[in-house]
Amino acid sequence: VSARAAGLAGVLTLLCVAPCSAFAAAGTAPSAQADPAFAQVLTLLAARRHGHAPFTEVHEMAMLKEPLHSSGELFYDAPDRLEKRTLTPRAESLVLDHGILTAQRGPHRHVLELSAYPQVVPFVESIRATLAGDEAALERYFSIDFQGELAHWTLHLTPKDPALAHTVKDITIEGERDVLHSVVIRQSDGDRSLITIGPEITP
Amino acid sequence: MNRAGLRSTALFVLFALVGALIAARARYSADLSAFLPRSPTATQQLLVEQLREGPAARLILVAIGGADAGARARVSMALGRALRTDPAFASVSNGEAQTLERDRAFLFQHRYLLSEAVTPAHFTVPALHEAIVGSLQALASAEGPLLKPLFAHDPTGELLTILDAIGTERTPRSSEGVWSSRDGAQALLVLQTRAPGADTDAEEAACAKVRQAFAAARAALPPQERAALTLRLSGPPVFAVASRALIEGEVVRLSGLSALFISLLLLFAYRSVSALLLGLVPVAAGALTGVAAVALGFPAVHGLTLGFGVTLIGEAVDYSIYLFVQGTSHAGGDWRHSVWPTIRLGALTSIAGFAALLPSNFQGLAQLGLYSVAGLTAAALTTRYVLPAWLPARLAMRDLRAPGAWLLRVLQQLRRVRAALVLIPLVAGVILVLHRGALLSHDLAALSPVPAAEQDFAEQLSADLGAPDVRYMVLTSARQPEAALAAAESLGQRLRPLVDTGVIAGFDSASRYLPSEALQRARQQSLPPAPQLQTRLSEALVGLPVSEAVLQPVLAEVEQARTTALLRRADLEGTSFAAAVDALLVPTSGGYSALLPIAAAGSVDLSDEAAARVRQAIGAGNEHGVLLDLKGETNRLYLGYLKQAIELSLLGFAAIVLLLGAMLRSAVRVMRVLAPLALAVIAVAGLLIASGHSLTILHLVGMLLIVAVGSNYALFFDRSAQAPQEASVSLTLTSLLLANTATVLAFGVLAFSRVPVLSDLGSTVAPGAFLALLFAAMLSERAAPEHIP
Repeated sequence: VSARAAGLAGVLTLLCVAPCSAFAAAGTAPSAQADPAFAQVLTLLAARRHGHAPFTEVHEMAMLKEPLHSSGELFYDAPDRLEKRTLTPRAESLVLDHGILTAQRGPHRHVLELSAYPQVVPFVESIRATLAGDEAALERYFSIDFQGELAHWTLHLTPKDPALAHTVKDITIEGERDVLHSVVIRQSDGDRSLITIGPEITP
Repeated sequence: MNRAGLRSTALFVLFALVGALIAARARYSADLSAFLPRSPTATQQLLVEQLREGPAARLILVAIGGADAGARARVSMALGRALRTDPAFASVSNGEAQTLERDRAFLFQHRYLLSEAVTPAHFTVPALHEAIVGSLQALASAEGPLLKPLFAHDPTGELLTILDAIGTERTPRSSEGVWSSRDGAQALLVLQTRAPGADTDAEEAACAKVRQAFAAARAALPPQERAALTLRLSGPPVFAVASRALIEGEVVRLSGLSALFISLLLLFAYRSVSALLLGLVPVAAGALTGVAAVALGFPAVHGLTLGFGVTLIGEAVDYSIYLFVQGTSHAGGDWRHSVWPTIRLGALTSIAGFAALLPSNFQGLAQLGLYSVAGLTAAALTTRYVLPAWLPARLAMRDLRAPGAWLLRVLQQLRRVRAALVLIPLVAGVILVLHRGALLSHDLAALSPVPAAEQDFAEQLSADLGAPDVRYMVLTSARQPEAALAAAESLGQRLRPLVDTGVIAGFDSASRYLPSEALQRARQQSLPPAPQLQTRLSEALVGLPVSEAVLQPVLAEVEQARTTALLRRADLEGTSFAAAVDALLVPTSGGYSALLPIAAAGSVDLSDEAAARVRQAIGAGNEHGVLLDLKGETNRLYLGYLKQAIELSLLGFAAIVLLLGAMLRSAVRVMRVLAPLALAVIAVAGLLIASGHSLTILHLVGMLLIVAVGSNYALFFDRSAQAPQEASVSLTLTSLLLANTATVLAFGVLAFSRVPVLSDLGSTVAPGAFLALLFAAMLSERAAPEHIP
């Protein structure tokens, strides 16, 4: 008991850079979205129960000479489970399940509770909340700007909380009806990641 | 008073003085020692040490509820500030960023001395390449934003390796910057006391300090927040303190109530204050002798023994009741020949029953046995040799012949319905068969004075804190702390494959935070000097998108780690690892013990196969480790007690049968005495089971006591049937009813105790004693004088 309880449990919070309290204080501004297309997209997204599609990802980091490339498959079960299974260049699995993020690389497994890691939230919650058509969750964390129409839409998310804005500048999600095509995450330090999602894999 | 009377009085006074002296100098306790084994096996000794001194026994869990999260967090932080400066606490954790930051800084600063990955092979070109590829992969993952600032300093991911080893499976939730319960309604703190859990005085002082600090922190809040805030403490030290207070309070309350009820009963029956006072003399003599005997036979007199002792009041008073009620109807010396032999045999059977508890490994029971044997002996001897000399020539007592005559008529009615007794074994048999799966309670918690709700709350808090009950630990010991650390490292190396293959979820070890000097030195020697590292890094980076320039910081930092002074215990001060090391590397009588708590995979319990794999792993090398299953061992201990209680109860029963056989010299009379007692035991067992109890040790012992105590009543009926001309049956009946009521009152008071062991015993013996009298009356033989009008 002792060692774990006496301060060790939760030691991964050690990695926590931003003060967690600032995050919890995020306000909820009234929705600026009156666009009927946005409401339609959300309704369509919310109606989807499952999703399974390939993805490729490109990470551009200032400290690296070249971008990092990876690819794999995305699995989604409405409304709370999202799995990103990377297959190349190395196997990795990231599972977001009811607010708990589990990362598995080889024999190593890390479990993060999202509530404790606000700086991780925009990276996963932007995709999960969009897939779920969960407007409330989106509004909790982001200012939302919707452009386009049902056949081709763009969702532009900007973190509301200064603590989040500290790491993430903005997120742009493009899609068609209830399908996401790409997610671009721009970090405040200029680093950028682009996820391109392929056509649905039907079982 | 004649010369014999003077002599016995003088002896009595002398004994009383010696007894009082011993009792006054005795040590009294109300801690958990009553539940611990008297002669533990080697494994039980380890268990006992853990229960008394182990890290788990020092944890106080604090829950702050009410008001809003902000107010709770402010109080949590204020408590943290106040208690961290108090030497009574080895550690105070509440998830504050400040502490976490210190922990993080410590691990990061000493990462090359603490990381298990640091070996010479780890710094070869291919291994460096591999480690950096891994770090890049982590950077690209969702954890990337957390790791990005560290990459230039720690490209091989040592910090993650350390955190991986420490295990971060279950982190407490945070709210407003401090730990909170999973539902967010309470702020949580974990305190580790410096004093061992068995030091109840120190733990009580520690709990008081927490309450004081809470009061002070609350007083600093605005009034509207103040009122709603609540404090709840939990954990083993809190339970120990509460149990002690409960037991101490119960002993005083129960003794007082019992003495009051029985005094009122006697006063009502005798209508004579002097008869009442004289009747209490054997009780006082018995209690004093009992305490003195236990004080001489055990390291400390336990509060529970005094609680059990309450029942002695009810029994010791019986002897004087027989003397006063039956004895006064005879002329002088006749009493000794007519009534005394029956009292003597009754006392002997009671003593035989209690004596069966003497060899019990369960200290509480052994003390109960010794207390009662000594107490009953003293009470009987006082009644026989001292009281008669003190009796005034004419004891002005109420004439009990009228109620006696009434009782005689009741008795005759009762005998007519004796056939109904056939139903008892039938009905009880059906009940026992229906509940055959749950007759015996196999859980030690059934004996615990801590209410189930409190135990559940502690479990809930532990779960919220990500600190599941530590059930399993590997123990190893050595003369010197360094050797114990080295042994822990060797055991850890052998446990590591079991974690990797998922046999166990993980383990903890002091060497995680403070490796042995030998290991630290070996790790330092694994680090290449700066120029060499630079060359290897540049080779390792071939084909990777990382330029050498980015990794400049790590060169200097590795060089620094290579030449720095080794980590010592003092360097951990101010981090939460200091308490962890103190808890996992503990001084013992023979040196030092290193503890490695094991977390089972999947569930709370280690499967038999997993336990076997752990034993195999830790038994393989030179350093000897023992796997201790705290809960399993506790259960085995309890089952041992239970088995022994059954054996001793049967043994006591056999002793009573032999004693009756030797004294009565008639198989038929022995059967006649035993039949109502056996029926009473069966009936009580049926009643307890039917009312939803599973029988505990104390229920079983209570059944033995039904026989031991109830035999007195049966013997008097036997005497009335054997020698009717000598006894006035109506007065015998009156004295039996009076004695029985006193016994039922005393055990009945116990039945209402909030301490399970006391209430189990009381709720068994109180109805049992009454039924023993009732059944003995129903089965009694008609004696000739009853027909005389």
